[in-house]
Amino acid sequence: MIRIITFLSTFLVIAFGSAYAEPKKVGFIYIGPPGDHGWTYMHDVGRKYMESQLGDSITTTYLENIPENADAVRAIRKLADSGHDLIFTTSFNYMDQTHEVAKDFPDIKFEHATGYIQADNVATYSARFYEGRMIEGHIAGHMTETNTIGYIASFPIPEVVRGINAFYLAASKVNPDIKMKIIWVFTWYDPGKEADAANTLINQGADIIVQHTDTYAPCQAAQKAGVYAFGQASNQEEFCPDAHLTSIEDIWGPYYAERAKAVVDGTWSSGDTWDGMDKGMVVMSPYNTKLMPASLIQEAVNMEVGIKDGTIHPFTGPIYNQAGELVVPEGEVAPDGMLLGMNFYVQGIDGEVPQ
Amino acid sequence: MNLDLIFGILQIVLIATTPLVFAGIGELVTEKSGVLNLGVEGMMLVGAVSAFIILVITGSYFLAFFVSILSGIIMSGLFAFLVLFLMSNQIATGLALTIFGIGLSSMLGKQYIGTPIDGLSPWFFVIFSFLIVFLVSYFFYKTKAGLILRAVGESHNSAHALGYSVIKIRFLSIIFGGSMCALAGSYISICYAPMWQEGMTAGRGWIALALVVFATWKPERVLIGAYIFGGVTILQMNLQALGLRFPGQFFSMAPYVATIIVLVLISSNKLRIKLSAPASLTIPFYKGR
Repeated sequence: MIRIITFLSTFLVIAFGSAYAEPKKVGFIYIGPPGDHGWTYMHDVGRKYMESQLGDSITTTYLENIPENADAVRAIRKLADSGHDLIFTTSFNYMDQTHEVAKDFPDIKFEHATGYIQADNVATYSARFYEGRMIEGHIAGHMTETNTIGYIASFPIPEVVRGINAFYLAASKVNPDIKMKIIWVFTWYDPGKEADAANTLINQGADIIVQHTDTYAPCQAAQKAGVYAFGQASNQEEFCPDAHLTSIEDIWGPYYAERAKAVVDGTWSSGDTWDGMDKGMVVMSPYNTKLMPASLIQEAVNMEVGIKDGTIHPFTGPIYNQAGELVVPEGEVAPDGMLLGMNFYVQGIDGEVPQ
Repeated sequence: MNLDLIFGILQIVLIATTPLVFAGIGELVTEKSGVLNLGVEGMMLVGAVSAFIILVITGSYFLAFFVSILSGIIMSGLFAFLVLFLMSNQIATGLALTIFGIGLSSMLGKQYIGTPIDGLSPWFFVIFSFLIVFLVSYFFYKTKAGLILRAVGESHNSAHALGYSVIKIRFLSIIFGGSMCALAGSYISICYAPMWQEGMTAGRGWIALALVVFATWKPERVLIGAYIFGGVTILQMNLQALGLRFPGQFFSMAPYVATIIVLVLISSNKLRIKLSAPASLTIPFYKGR
């Protein structure tokens, strides 16, 4: 008798399971805490946006502070084992770990942020942050008085190098005398070290601090020293109102909602998404009207418009590398392939990319 | 290189190194009494978050540091109770204390992340960190109480036989270590990088632990080791910013490599005595044996 009931109930669950669909489970792997007011914070804002858009058809989970090593495999596997249908791994160095787990779970969809290797069940997505870097560079070229820019870089990956190049190309266009001082801190997240780097750069004469790390410590240091800074990933104006010129904001919400919706509808397919300002994935924080002249703000806004309609591209030739070789000919723009693998500085930047 | 630049570098080194000095000297005193507390990172984080929360609520820097040190006393008191009275394994308990501290600080600080505060000038603490190293050094080598503390760390049975209360002395040493670690943490969240972020000490507790070994349990050498570490970190940043080719990864690694070498050296017994590691380190004391 019990066996029949079990059989019947199993049958019923299978038969009607699709009609009364369980909410899809969407999981996130975060490299930092959602409260960093930077990279992870914006992914979490995106997650909440997705929840608000899709309501009861999904539930979400996240695991925070997951290091980019074997721990990430365990964390991703944990989400996969606990019945998640869609898993977002939100840092570049989760790449191998994502693919390792994805191999074992062909029915689960994975989305790897800023990666470049896809599989049947692994899609990649990223935002063209370098578009924002171009605008920052343009502003910095006008605003600097010492002609020295301090740039705090995290790890020597294409994403970061691309940002440095885009920034420098735009800055040197308005101000050919501009000099970049770059410090690689080899961490995404260490407020103390980020502040040290900012203070070191300021001490060496930089009057604008640019960061590619995750906390607002550099902006705070700039505020204290009375120089300017660009925030990172989210609007950081409230922490350094007298230093903050603008930030590049990462807007993930619409993409997350779209991908989760595809999973709910059963239409998800792998792919590579790399959107920029035109799709609203990269947004500039309100320009600081107290610090910037109105004409400069207008130029920045015009630049945004140009980037959106495709008439402006941050990597428009001629572009030379440090050895003086022409890498992008006049009148052409750098192909995505070159941008995705960018591991060299353009001509005019001192030093070399650490290997 | 002009004088301003060098003066500026010096300032950054002083500000960056001070938390390592506090945590290192605290742990040194604990270890000198024969107890290894691996909970430094956890105690620093709890110290950092409690100072930050109190500052946000009351606006008083004095209260912030006071409560922070109190939190260090409570955290290390918990550790002391477990290892001294319940005889739990020091290494396991210390690691647990760190994990507990990371979790507790995240939980307490959740709603305070991203609250802007006015940072406090670090200079008082920078000077205080030098002072405390010399006070500890004086205490160890010039006072009777310091001699007793070291005796407890070397041979708790002998010290006990002479009538000294091993448990009491170790308890006080652990508490001192805890309050110094909390002070290091609150310095980070109030002076060094005025904010609260989860895990914001970013491994400095482990560096402090390494420093004690590196310093072969001598107070002045903790100071020297901390400044070598801090100096190398800031120096490589400066060289990078000057555009020189520089293997930054190597110098981030250097202090740890040095520690491993020192650890290998002291694993030979003869050298161990020469390098003045407390002979009873991590060995629990059972009264009446």
